[in-house]
Amino acid sequence: MRTIFFILQKEFNQIKRNLFMLQLMIILPVVQLIVLANAATMDIKNINLAIVDRDVSTLSRQLISKFEGSPFFTITYRDFSEKEALNQILINEADAVIVIPENFQKKLIKNDKAKLQFSVNAINGMSAGITNYYIQSIILDFNKKIISDWKMPSSELKNMKSINVKFQHWYNKELIFNIFMVPGILVVLVTIMGMFLPGLNLVREKEIGTIEQINVTPIKKYQFILGKLIPFLIISFIELTLGLLVGIPLFSVPVVGSFLVLYGAALVYLFAVLGFGLLLSTFANTQQQLMFLAFFVLIIYILMSGIFTPTESMPDWGKAINAINPIYYFMNAIRMIILKGAGFYDIRSQIFPLLIYGIIVFSLAIFRYRKTAV
Amino acid sequence: MLNNRDIVINVKNLTKKFGDFIANDNLNFEVYKGEIFGFLGANGAGKTTAMKIICGLSLPTSGELTVAGYNIYKQQDKIKANIGYMSQKFSLYEDLTVFENIRFYAGIYGLSLKIILRRADDLIKKLGMENMRNTLVRSLPLGWRQKLAFSIAIIHKPQIVFLDEPTGGVDPITRRQFWDLIYDAANEGITVFVTTHYMDEAEYCDRVSIMVEGRIEALGSPQELKSQFDVQDMNSVFIKLARG
Repeated sequence: MRTIFFILQKEFNQIKRNLFMLQLMIILPVVQLIVLANAATMDIKNINLAIVDRDVSTLSRQLISKFEGSPFFTITYRDFSEKEALNQILINEADAVIVIPENFQKKLIKNDKAKLQFSVNAINGMSAGITNYYIQSIILDFNKKIISDWKMPSSELKNMKSINVKFQHWYNKELIFNIFMVPGILVVLVTIMGMFLPGLNLVREKEIGTIEQINVTPIKKYQFILGKLIPFLIISFIELTLGLLVGIPLFSVPVVGSFLVLYGAALVYLFAVLGFGLLLSTFANTQQQLMFLAFFVLIIYILMSGIFTPTESMPDWGKAINAINPIYYFMNAIRMIILKGAGFYDIRSQIFPLLIYGIIVFSLAIFRYRKTAV
Repeated sequence: MLNNRDIVINVKNLTKKFGDFIANDNLNFEVYKGEIFGFLGANGAGKTTAMKIICGLSLPTSGELTVAGYNIYKQQDKIKANIGYMSQKFSLYEDLTVFENIRFYAGIYGLSLKIILRRADDLIKKLGMENMRNTLVRSLPLGWRQKLAFSIAIIHKPQIVFLDEPTGGVDPITRRQFWDLIYDAANEGITVFVTTHYMDEAEYCDRVSIMVEGRIEALGSPQELKSQFDVQDMNSVFIKLARG
């Protein structure tokens, strides 16, 4: 115990000496949180629409005005050339093109039906799907109005029976993307810190050679590794706290759960992540090697963690990788705690794997750290 | 006379291979308590490799070694508590102060805070570094750093201290001061095991071994070696050996 005290004292002194680094460690992630939570949004608010109206009739103008009136659309092009409209998609000036052909109104009145064409830029399949849905619903709405205006007396419309599906979104009632993203990004930020800092610190001792002086002392391997783990565990907690202090009020994240559960889960998680970083550091001899190794693992883990995409729809091999992905477990846990108010019991299937994970990687890190080279 | 003294390092048939390369080829020697043992050889002769094995930083390919009475295969931790080591690469923390370095190393050797404070004061006073107590090691001149590193390597009063080319790059006056520190340590009963390729320093040792290409080619007191090779100084002994 006394030995660990001396090691911690030394580590904190060194961290204190490197104030610039400490400031970077604490301030940068908060800045990133503010920027990313705003930028990394899947809400589609602004669809640029190119409209080719060859009909120029009352009805076509009514339809267009419906798009104009919608907060989701901005009409960026309105002319008669379909070719030019499609070109607008090509140069990324428009997200979708609507072509209203000649005689649209005439056909609609005469034949009760008319065709119109719309094309959506589907480079990003997800946003194309949403765009498609928005356009269709506006056209459907327009269609209904025509039917009711022309065909049906209002009394009949009233009596028309229909199934009306109403959605209720739980936990994030207004489907605000930020609320979903803030905890997620916070996880990523503390993860990057936790994965890199203790590992880099250990590898740095290899680079400058002080580790040799340590290895020739009777210091125990676990003492040395714990000495690297504890200071950065504390820094990661400061980081998390700062992120919550800034993120929650700034993005009006409704915190349903308790902070006790949140910090308890974070402790288990950070133990696993820092242990993992330390394990990686036993494979690397230079900080460069470690950076490369950690980036490789981190990118896979982050993208698969469910921060942007639902993990349920992953193929089986993806789910298998997530079984050993600590970020995946904590990403679930933190959202459950903050947004749903989950307690320790509710997140047990996240916490137990993390605990086991932490114990395994930490033990491996101690085992792999060699005081005596072969 | 030396032969009656206790053996603190006993090396038998030490061999270390890196792939096909034989760094240490069947080394055999003993080091006695309280002596200054010079471990000489050209660059790349295998001195540092052998020293790292004796210190427990590296395992031999084969051979039997006891250090401070303990077996290097089974009692590493006991050996480590009883030796001090100053590596070729400067290994104090440059971003810690003089006092913080002393406190850290003394602390991990398990000394009590009271003893740490007393020894730190003694050490700082002995080196005449009173006004540098709270100076970052980074800003000390090389000579001071080396003297500090040596003093910290023996802060826990080990049985043996290993010095790997401790005076490399240091000016002659500081080298002389450094050797005064070594003599002081030897007088306190600490065995000094030192590698060097300064042949004038070899003259200061009680006994020296000279390594050539992984083998020990000569072993004895400087006086014995000079008469054995029929030359005036250690430099000539070394050159004769190195030429084969």
